[in-house]
Amino acid sequence: MYFTEQHELIRKLAREFAEKELTSEILDKVEETEMFPEEILNKMAKAGFFGIKVPKELGGQGADARSYVIVMEEIARVSGVASIYVSSPNSLSGGPLLLSGNEEQKEKYLRPVVTGKKKLAFALTEPGAGSDAGSMATTAVKDGDYYVLNGRKCFITMAPLADYAVIYAKTDMTKGTRGISAFIVDMRLPGVSCGKSENKMGVVGCATSDIILENVRVHKNDLLGEEGKGFINAMKTLDTGRLGVSAQSIGVAQGCLDEAIKYAKERKQFGKRIGDFQAISFMIADMATKLEAAKQLVYKAAYMMDMHQDASMNASMAKYYASEICNEIAAKALQIHGGYGFIKDYKIERMYRDCRVFTIYEGTSQVQQMVISGRLLKK
Amino acid sequence: MKILVCVKQVPDTNEVKIDPVKGTLIRDGVPSILNPDDANALEAALSYKDDNPDTVVAVITMGPPQSNYMLRECMAMGADEAYLLSDRVFGGADTCATSTTIAAGIKKVEGVDVIFAGRQAIDGDTAQVGPQVAQRLGMPVVTYVQDIKLLESKAIVQRQMEDGYEEIEVKTPCLLTAVKELNEPRYMSIGGIMEAYDKKIIVWNHEDVELSPKDCGLNASPTQVFRSFTPPAKGKGEMFSGSVQEMSTTLIQRLKEKHYL
Amino acid sequence: MAINVIKEKCKGCSLCVKSCPFSAITLENKLAFIGTGCTGCGVCVEKCPFDAIVKTEEEREEKDLSAYKGVWVFAEQREGKIMPVVIELLGEGKKLATEVGCELCAVLCGFEISGLVDELFEYGADKVYLADALELKNYTTDGYTKVIYEAITEYKPEIVLLGATHIGRDLGPCLAVKCNTGLTADCTKLEIDPEDKKIKQTRPAFGGNLMATIVCPNHRPQMSTVRPGVMTIAEQVVGRKGEVVALNPVFEEGDIRTKVLNIVKTIKDSVSLTDAEIIVAGGMGLGKPEGFEILKQLADKLGGVIAASRAAVDAGWIDHAYQVGQTGTTVKPKVYIACGISGAIQHVAGMQNAEQIIAINTSENAPIFEVADYGMVGDLYQVIPTIIEEIDK
Repeated sequence: MYFTEQHELIRKLAREFAEKELTSEILDKVEETEMFPEEILNKMAKAGFFGIKVPKELGGQGADARSYVIVMEEIARVSGVASIYVSSPNSLSGGPLLLSGNEEQKEKYLRPVVTGKKKLAFALTEPGAGSDAGSMATTAVKDGDYYVLNGRKCFITMAPLADYAVIYAKTDMTKGTRGISAFIVDMRLPGVSCGKSENKMGVVGCATSDIILENVRVHKNDLLGEEGKGFINAMKTLDTGRLGVSAQSIGVAQGCLDEAIKYAKERKQFGKRIGDFQAISFMIADMATKLEAAKQLVYKAAYMMDMHQDASMNASMAKYYASEICNEIAAKALQIHGGYGFIKDYKIERMYRDCRVFTIYEGTSQVQQMVISGRLLKK
Repeated sequence: MKILVCVKQVPDTNEVKIDPVKGTLIRDGVPSILNPDDANALEAALSYKDDNPDTVVAVITMGPPQSNYMLRECMAMGADEAYLLSDRVFGGADTCATSTTIAAGIKKVEGVDVIFAGRQAIDGDTAQVGPQVAQRLGMPVVTYVQDIKLLESKAIVQRQMEDGYEEIEVKTPCLLTAVKELNEPRYMSIGGIMEAYDKKIIVWNHEDVELSPKDCGLNASPTQVFRSFTPPAKGKGEMFSGSVQEMSTTLIQRLKEKHYL
Repeated sequence: MAINVIKEKCKGCSLCVKSCPFSAITLENKLAFIGTGCTGCGVCVEKCPFDAIVKTEEEREEKDLSAYKGVWVFAEQREGKIMPVVIELLGEGKKLATEVGCELCAVLCGFEISGLVDELFEYGADKVYLADALELKNYTTDGYTKVIYEAITEYKPEIVLLGATHIGRDLGPCLAVKCNTGLTADCTKLEIDPEDKKIKQTRPAFGGNLMATIVCPNHRPQMSTVRPGVMTIAEQVVGRKGEVVALNPVFEEGDIRTKVLNIVKTIKDSVSLTDAEIIVAGGMGLGKPEGFEILKQLADKLGGVIAASRAAVDAGWIDHAYQVGQTGTTVKPKVYIACGISGAIQHVAGMQNAEQIIAINTSENAPIFEVADYGMVGDLYQVIPTIIEEIDK
């Protein structure tokens, strides 16, 4: 309904890529070493996965939001962590530059990011400012041609791997969210350091850490957009981010459902396939139905974005619902696996851990509910 | 330099299964794909283009109108031109008739310097159409090619043999058939997919390629399928049980009983 | 032979659509429509519950084919040695020739190879067509095609058999086009129709999922390439003699458009899978390329060789020369031990004629167990060392 033949070809590309490159052997190794192979990232870049919606003039692929959803879905179906590497340049790291960057900044930072040559992290969250971004404590004080940044960002995906980071900091402490500005910070600048990598429950293989800023001098050319407009930039970026997480959610959920169906057909107990028991078969029916509903939400939100309609509420609905049911489907799929689901020999164990963060990052389910209800109850 | 690549859309025969009870093919959900060896042939042409950007890479296929989809895929990988030979009179062709049609199509494509094809298609595994097209075009052919160096008016290639390879020099224009050891085919790219739909696929019927219906398809096929059947499954043997030690002992016993050891 | 739908009988049930291996049938206006993808395989004819699909013989001009006589075998030699498949072809060719009631001939091309003629007689050839020329020292498509095409035109054989080797599969198609006749590739069974004495050639198609019997009714010669390792070898009768017919090829400048610069052998220990009596084969279940080492230990112990499934070859764990299956080598050993091989149809197609098949796999549902004489569910890294110990006892 929402897709053209072109989109189907993109799905074919992403599916083939996922099935051929992201083998169980590789994914086990990623879990074990907590490192993602650079070789696969290079192949992803070549296939154009890093700049899906970015215009061709800027090194991107010139496709649309639906294409982005398709790629995320197909990659996440096989590997949650791999999909983070896709989402990052497309949304959180590419987004702020695409929204507010000037020509020079786009050329200098966006092009290398979407062509896979550089990595860029998105640094908004702080120990004391999660869902409530307005309470951030990182400061940027103007000093001649420079801003001096001080503060600590936390839970920053890919921070230890990143070449650059978009750092949100307060240029005016008196103005709340309107005092927030965005900066592109070279991670090699004096005063920038990363904390130790977090020991995460899931999506292992994509290092996450704090970024610590101690008197970091950032040139004014690296101010992204206008002073005080950082919060709007961050919120708009998160809009696309929500679509990405919703696509990840339906992807992982599909992977879980596939595994559950496969296992229900293989496993025999009491002399028959466990899928022949109503308790299991109805569970699968439920899972498939909810997944289909989630897909429609996600595809519609993407379609609206492509039609340049206001998709903010729809993206929140998609992210909220898809991430919640993904967790539900993963839990049920694991349940169907019984004891085997609880050991690491089966894929479902990893999927169950990987999707847990989906209801948390880039706006918790509760924040999404705030966005949705806020929209509905607005006077 | 213009390189023409012969391609074919095939059902992914690796995905086909046999119904163990009825002994029939289960074809549901079997996708159509670009024939794997053809993908190697296309990759060879595209990687030459990577190094020589003024190269034009064209693809040609014979098949039903649905082959369009595969041609778009070839263009999304980087092919510049696509030709589809499609006509009801082409149907039912064996390799002999297929090669006549494809050769006629190739003659219509202008300025071809060299032709690449896959060694064989996975739905038939005959490996005949490539060399037969070359014969009909009066071109030299090298099959089973695992390495290609294109030079001025000749090519140096490695022809795979069962126990090694031969290094062969061949004059161009020529036709080379590719094996999978030649390279690793690239993926399409998203940008390539976007561009593929801006390009045109040229469709030709028998009149366009100046063939009479009696020279096409079933009418021009010396061989005919007398009958088809699914291979009979061998009966299930004995499954050993017990510990690894017990199973191994039983196996050796059985093999000794039957004088294999 | 065209496939046609009898519109009056067709109920539009779409069973044929689902059965067609080539996706050639569609429903148009609720009736089956045979599209251009049709290969005339006839699967749908059997599937149709209403007898609404028929295979009809096209009206064809009858040609006089009586001038064509004799079964020919292409006696492929490399470096002065007759390829094993030639001996198999002579064995099979003898049977066919007897049934047709004609003579069995061999065509031998090369340089200074007349010494091989006697070997061909001993293995059953009544006549050997011999082309001895410097230009034929190494195989070239152009050189061999020219010589054999000229011989076919002059001596008019009824049946021409070639081994489906890398050379036979190159030469066959070129000869067929030159002679304007049909060629059936990779045959696994040949038989003579007792009524009209024509050859029926059976070959695997569709990745080994389907067997097709092919005929070539109106063109001569009838040509087949035959998979090595499938047919039974001819019996040797020491001292048997026959007639030598010298072909005197004349080459002109430009006749041979390729030049063999170099012949490189890459396989150190010769993998002669077709001759092996015991094969220990590994698949994806090995989990790593090093897994072949343990297989080698077992193979050495049994006096056999190792082989691999396509998946293991595709994974780059082992050279393609070791591949058994539809796109690899067909083997017929006494004992075939499949370790960590799931048993995809294309693999089974290449080894199902082994006398004894032993399968070791962790999954009891692996299809390999369907064809195995003995099955063991277990980890091959535990099972194989135990088997080796057992043998040592």
